[in-house]
Amino acid sequence: MSRSSESSPVAFEDRMATTEFRIASEPHISVHGDSCRGCTTRACVTACPAKLFVPTSDGGILFNYEQCFECGTCYLVCNTEGAITWAYPEGGAGVVYRRS
Amino acid sequence: MTERFDVVVVGAGPAGSMAALTLARAGRSVCLLERGPFPGSKNLYGGVIYGRVLDEILPRWIDEAPIERWVTRRVTMVLTETQSLAVDFRSSAWGAKPYNGATALRPEFDSWLASEAEKAGAVLVCSTTATGLLLDERGRTTGVRTDRPGGDIEAGVVIACDGVNAFLAKQAGLTSTEDPSHYTLGVKEVLALAPDEIERRFGLEPGEGADFEVIGGTGGIAGGGFLYTNRETVSVGLVLSIEGLSRSETRPEQLLAEFKSHPAIRPLVAGGDVVEYGAHLIPEAGLAMMPRLAGDGILVAGDAAGMCLAAGIWLEGVNFAMASGAAAGEAAAEALERGDTSAGGLRGYRKRLEANFVLADHRRLKRAPHLVLSDRMQHQYPQLVCNLVEEIFTVRNPSPKQGIVAQARQERRKAGVRLRDLARDGWSAWRTFR
Repeated sequence: MSRSSESSPVAFEDRMATTEFRIASEPHISVHGDSCRGCTTRACVTACPAKLFVPTSDGGILFNYEQCFECGTCYLVCNTEGAITWAYPEGGAGVVYRRS
Repeated sequence: MTERFDVVVVGAGPAGSMAALTLARAGRSVCLLERGPFPGSKNLYGGVIYGRVLDEILPRWIDEAPIERWVTRRVTMVLTETQSLAVDFRSSAWGAKPYNGATALRPEFDSWLASEAEKAGAVLVCSTTATGLLLDERGRTTGVRTDRPGGDIEAGVVIACDGVNAFLAKQAGLTSTEDPSHYTLGVKEVLALAPDEIERRFGLEPGEGADFEVIGGTGGIAGGGFLYTNRETVSVGLVLSIEGLSRSETRPEQLLAEFKSHPAIRPLVAGGDVVEYGAHLIPEAGLAMMPRLAGDGILVAGDAAGMCLAAGIWLEGVNFAMASGAAAGEAAAEALERGDTSAGGLRGYRKRLEANFVLADHRRLKRAPHLVLSDRMQHQYPQLVCNLVEEIFTVRNPSPKQGIVAQARQERRKAGVRLRDLARDGWSAWRTFR
């Protein structure tokens, strides 16, 4: 039996490796660190399905744009005005769901 | 040099391709912009497509569209941590022409539909992001700006089919909603399984498919689960309230792993390797989030217009996108013909949507999203019903059986459901679904 049939889920990196991402030259997400330091909810950390937002020890948020599903959950759940700036990546870049 | 078309359609999903197809057939020059490398490459759903709206426009769709399986089995299920209860409906009529629902993979289906628009004469331009609208001094839309160098495209009408985030409709001032309670997040795994194994597990004939819709199994977060059979894969996923999710301590992929390990789900998905993982937002609120549908020089269709039906027992979207796209195309052609592409000149769009299912279904079911995502519907009632059924079928000899009504009363009390709430929800459900 394969690993995914067990109750323990596949490692997150392996899960993300199943999906194709074409990396844009410029990030399409920006996070304004100062606004995050006062944030108590950290909604983006739990809700982002690609786990792009990681809290740092000094109370900030580290983010990555490269493996983004481009869903928009992060900016919608963020309750700090202007903390997350989000647009679609440049044409041709980003997530590419496969034709089988 | 700035390009000019009669119409520019932003987004080559089901709404955009149908708009472009309709306009090209009406003899209009139309540019169909897609930010992904091919149509459907950014698109993710459960899912099932109901293609009835294609019967007239593309009469050969049944034979030509890239269908995975025709749905003949539809299971509606409630889950608690340890129980499950399902209505399991099968129809052999759905397995023969004209069919009802079909499973399909969006990168394939959307590419096919866009190629039909191209055949009709639309110009498909991929790998190009529309970064904003071109507006004149009076705020009227006159085209789009793209991320190609010198990539402005002027047009008499822009049809915004740019998906759930609806950036163009927001820029045009047709909507301002960013209320997180209006959106759910869909997360989905595609699992590889051999076709005959899928047919054995789901009890299907070759070519037939199953559609499972599940309430519960979301770790206490409002939403639901789904399972769809493709030809040689099974799609399994969850739909989660993004507010509930961000308040919870559990991440979406953990919730999905828990769902897959539920005793009612595990036998169906066991051993299937994840071949693709993805996520997408769903415009969940229906009429409550719908933007103004027309502005001067602009129409909004599909998910960008919130035209996704999330009404508990009915979960549809691609059909709403296709029908709204076609209606937008017709209305734009009509407006161009008359030489009036103002919001007033484009009012034929709303008229068409009111005359068919797109707005009628949304009006009829306007209370459904709220009702379905309510705490009692999500947690208390599934638990109550499962416990009641368990009591009814548990044989406690030598004690004699109890009356079902008495048991129902007892379970209601145990579940802490007040009669007043039960009556109110019953009334509300009746008003919603009558």
